[in-house]
Formats: sequence, structure tokens, C-alpha cells
Amino acid sequence: MQSMALFLPRPSLDALIQALRACGYERVLGAVARDGAITLQALGSASDLPVGVRDRQEPGHYRLERGEGERCFAWANGPQALKPLTFAPRETLWRCERDAEGRLVFQDAGERSVPTAVIGVRACDLAALKIQERHFLKAPYPDPRYADRRESLFLVAVHCSHPASTCFCASTGDGPRAESGFDLALSELDDGFVVTAGTERGAAVVERLELDRASPEQKAEADAEIDAAAQRQVRALPSRNLREGLYARLEHPHWDQVGRRCLSCGNCTAVCPTCFCHAEQDEPVLDGSHTDHLRQWDSCFTAVHSYMGHFLVREETRLRYRQWLTHKLASWHDQYGRSGCVGCGRCIAWCPVGIDITAEVAALLEPADA
Amino acid sequence: MATPRLTVTDALDRLNERPQARPRIAVHKFSSCDGCQLAFINAGEALLQLAELVDIVHFAEAGPMDPEAAVDLAFVEGSISTPEEAERIQTVRANTRFLVSIGACATSGGLQALRNFNADGAAGWTEAVYAQPEFIHSLDTATPVAEHVKVDLELWGCPVNARQVFQALRQLLFGVAPVVDRDKLCVECKRQQHVCVLVAKGEPCMGPVTHTGCGALCPAFGRDCYACFGPAENPNTAALARRFEGLGLLPEAVARRFHLINSHAPAFRTEWLDWQERT
Repeated sequence: MQSMALFLPRPSLDALIQALRACGYERVLGAVARDGAITLQALGSASDLPVGVRDRQEPGHYRLERGEGERCFAWANGPQALKPLTFAPRETLWRCERDAEGRLVFQDAGERSVPTAVIGVRACDLAALKIQERHFLKAPYPDPRYADRRESLFLVAVHCSHPASTCFCASTGDGPRAESGFDLALSELDDGFVVTAGTERGAAVVERLELDRASPEQKAEADAEIDAAAQRQVRALPSRNLREGLYARLEHPHWDQVGRRCLSCGNCTAVCPTCFCHAEQDEPVLDGSHTDHLRQWDSCFTAVHSYMGHFLVREETRLRYRQWLTHKLASWHDQYGRSGCVGCGRCIAWCPVGIDITAEVAALLEPADA
Repeated sequence: MATPRLTVTDALDRLNERPQARPRIAVHKFSSCDGCQLAFINAGEALLQLAELVDIVHFAEAGPMDPEAAVDLAFVEGSISTPEEAERIQTVRANTRFLVSIGACATSGGLQALRNFNADGAAGWTEAVYAQPEFIHSLDTATPVAEHVKVDLELWGCPVNARQVFQALRQLLFGVAPVVDRDKLCVECKRQQHVCVLVAKGEPCMGPVTHTGCGALCPAFGRDCYACFGPAENPNTAALARRFEGLGLLPEAVARRFHLINSHAPAFRTEWLDWQERT
């Protein structure tokens, strides 16, 4: 559904937060400037949002700056996507105990999630969420943990008007306008927000606020800002399926070149909103009476990720980078019907050495296919 | 007839393969600050639990003294820094089935391995520091245990992480090879959702080449990692060093990032030498 556009005056942003709480969302998360970055934190009130904060992002470089005006969503994404909220970085899946007769007894270690509203979700992250839902929920064995956390979320999107130099969602078709997947979507103007509901429950929240309709001028201004945000993006990935192009270049010397720069530290996969690899391990207590079975984020850049049968399939860094890139942009199409990249640019900004996926792809495909 | 169940005691007996009721454990100290032995002592209740599972026959810092006892498992803290230690480590090896070196000193030589880079040997320093240097019998180098005897498992860190030590112990008691996570610190740092201090602050963080295990303590407090857990697997020290230079560090400062607690570890040693030449 797409409701009529309403206008939320800036001073009423707190009323939105209160309405979310009143609708049962015990936890309201939003963008907060902390430790030098935009991070998702619990919001007390709208004053916790990063008012007047701007970001500057380059390959391997991220800084917050003080800007002018009252806007509190005038930034491009920080390091976190929705991913940590739905695909937990570390969680206990089950516990196992030995009973008095020495038999093993298994217990579900899951805890129910609290209903959570998230304010400030970007289009790229909604696209990524849809991809992860496909992986975790539409597979033959849906993941109950993921499902529980996903169902607990109420998503308030904010259309992106301030892309960073590292952003390229316009080229992947995933932004800057949030097209679907949200409960509410906001466009930030100087004096307030144009609000549309994407779901019935979203409409129920705004109903409590008794808002006026947005004027045609306000809607036009909001649209113009989103269009300008698309125009301002300086990076791009080719929008076609790159599978054939990349598979034809599996032995390209450029993999060696990037392998010499890459730290194989896994930062790109950790900040990527679609990467879903994990590892499982047991942590038995010292007396051996019970054990916790954990699942935690893993990365195709670690050695153990390719360990099988007493050898590492991908010992060299170039092979690890190649695995990541060719999965993300090539074999992902076979698995999930689209590329695994939503153009958020996090892997570029948060790579400690500033490796740029768009530049690497251009170098690999050049000159025949670029 | 019921199938016999494998109980904990059965597993321990099988590990021992000798007519002892319980595994025998020793904790040895070589050149070190004793901080890694504290991993056991600070464990408190877990140490008491351990004492019920095994016989701790030698652990000078905690009480029992029997350095030459035959044991199933010997933990070794400290580097080999004196002629006496070079001999004693052979005895330790001969008297144990498994040898686990714990901490930076035992695994890389530790802070004191900085003396290995002094081409004139340690004698000059000994004379400068001690009033009666004739009582000091040091080797010119401080080296890791694995350069002297076969080591079955290395647990890195300055100090080693108690959780890691007890996990390894538990796995050994189960009779399985302990899995040691040798990933880069960044993997754990990101799991904990810390903001990267290198990218967001320009700090010369060693996380991208450093062995995980500390729990990302320094980045949790907004500080750069200084690699007290030594090199991770597949560390691209050259690329990180170039990045540090890009952040504005002079070659000498870049070199020093690799020349601290684990200076003797090959990956860090090579990088230090490389940048030292540029100063």
C-alpha cells in the first residue's frame, strides 16, 4: 500500500516516537552520533538524533562534521545496516546438558525479541533486508531466530537526500528513494517531514498524530531532493548481471593486484548489509557438564571459512577477494535472482585500506566489457 | 542390553591411556612477568573446578612445586632467555605429553625479545643496568619456546585470555584438538559493533593484522589495537604499513607499530626491518 502524503512538522518528531511506543514498540532505535559515526542506538527523544551532523566518506575514511540547520537525517549510512538487528553478530542457538544418567539433553536457547521500531532506515538497507529475508526465510529451512527478530521490527525509512561519495545505490537500482519494505517513509525538509505509510500498521501509527496533508510544494520539494541525491552519486557499478564478465576473468592478473592491497580482515563483509556467512562453535563449561552452541558472523576472508578436509581452499588473499566479489556480483544471481550488492558503499568507506569495489570491477572488466 | 554411555570419567581415562585416575598438569614459568599464570589464578572458582578435574602437580606461583614431575599437560609461560632456561625447557618437554605455550613471551619471545635486535648482544645493557653484572647469566636473545622444543599448541596474548586457556583445557580433557581462532581482530571488533578507530579517527590500529582473542578490548574504549596478541593468520603487514604512512605516520613511527610486544614474530619482524631501513 502507499498512503496519501502527510506532513509532520519538525517539533512533532517526538510525537512520532511517542506514538510508536504507544503502539507497543518498546524499543525505539534511531541514528545517534556516537564514537565518531552514525550508529543505531535507543532513542530517548528526538533530541538524541544527530541534529546538524554531516558525514564525509571516502575510501577507508569516515568523519562526522558539524553542519548547519536543524536537519537530523542529513547523512549517508554509518557502518551498521539493519543486519545486526536481524542476523545477530553472536548468539547462542542451543544448549546441551548431561542429565543424571549421562544422557544429553538439548534446549532451545532462543529468547523472544522485543517489538522494536527503527527510525532512519535507508533504501539500500531495505533492499538488503529483502535479500537477507530471501536467504534466511525463503529457504527450505527458514531460520526461526531471524524470523522472530524480523517480525519484531517496525521500519521507518527516511529517503536519502545526502549520499556520500562512496554511495552508488542509484546504479544498482536500490535507492535513494525507499520504494517498499517500510512501514512508514519520511522525506526530510527543513521544517518537517513528508510522511507516507507503507503498511496498515504504519498507517495506524500516523493516524494517532492527526497530521495535515502534505502540500503539493512540499511533495515536489521532497521528490526533487531524492532526485538530486541520485544525480549527485559519483560512483557506479554496471547495472547488468556481471556473472559472465567476471567468470571469464577468474585468472585475471588484477586479482593478484588487489590481493596485495587487501588485508583479508573481513571488515567489508561485516559492514555489508547482505553478507550472511556465519560459523558455529561450542563453548563447553570447564567441568564438561553442559555446552553452549554459538553462531557468530564469519567472513569469506578468514582462513577457516575455506577449511575442509585438512586444507585451506583459499589460502591466498587474492582467492578470498575473488570469492567475495564473484559471489556478491556473479553467483548471487543464480542463488537469489539478483546481485548481492545494494550500492550502500560501506565496503568502500570501512575498508581500512580503502579498496573500492566499483574501481576493482571496472579494472577487472576493462577494456573489453567496461 | 543398554549401550554403555560415555561419561566424563571415561573420556579422561581414555586421554590418559595410563593407569592414572586423573590427568596431571604442570604450569611452568620462564622469563616473563607472571601475568599469564594469573590467567589461572584470577579464574577463581574455575581454578578450584580444575583442581577437581586434574592433579596440578607443579605451579610455583600457586603453591605446588615439582618441576621435574612427569605430566600429561604442561603449560609454559615465558621466553627462553638464559642458558639455564634453554636446558630446563628440554626437561619440561621430555616430561610431558602435551606442551602448550601461553602468552606473548612463550609464543613470540615477548617484550624482552626487543634485545634480539641489538647486534652487539645483551652484555652492554647488562652492565649498564646491574650493579654486579657478573651475577647475570642471560642469552643474547629471548626466543619463543617453539624455537627450542616441539610445541603442541600456542595460545598468544599479552597476557593470554583466561577464557581461551580454559576452553583449550576443556577441549584437551575431552581428548580433542583445541581450535584456536587465528582470525584478524577486526572480525571480532565488528561483531561487537565497535566503530572502526582506523577509518573513523585515523588511528594506526593494528587490528587488521592482529590475532583475535582479547575480545577487542582496546577498540571498545576507542583506542587503536597495539597487537599484543601477535600476528593473525595471513597478515598483510605491508599493506597496513603503507596505510599508516598514508595516515601521516613517519617511517620510524610505522616501524614502531610492529616493534613492541611481539617484535620477534616473523611477520612483524620483517615489517619492522623494512620500515627501519627507510628511516
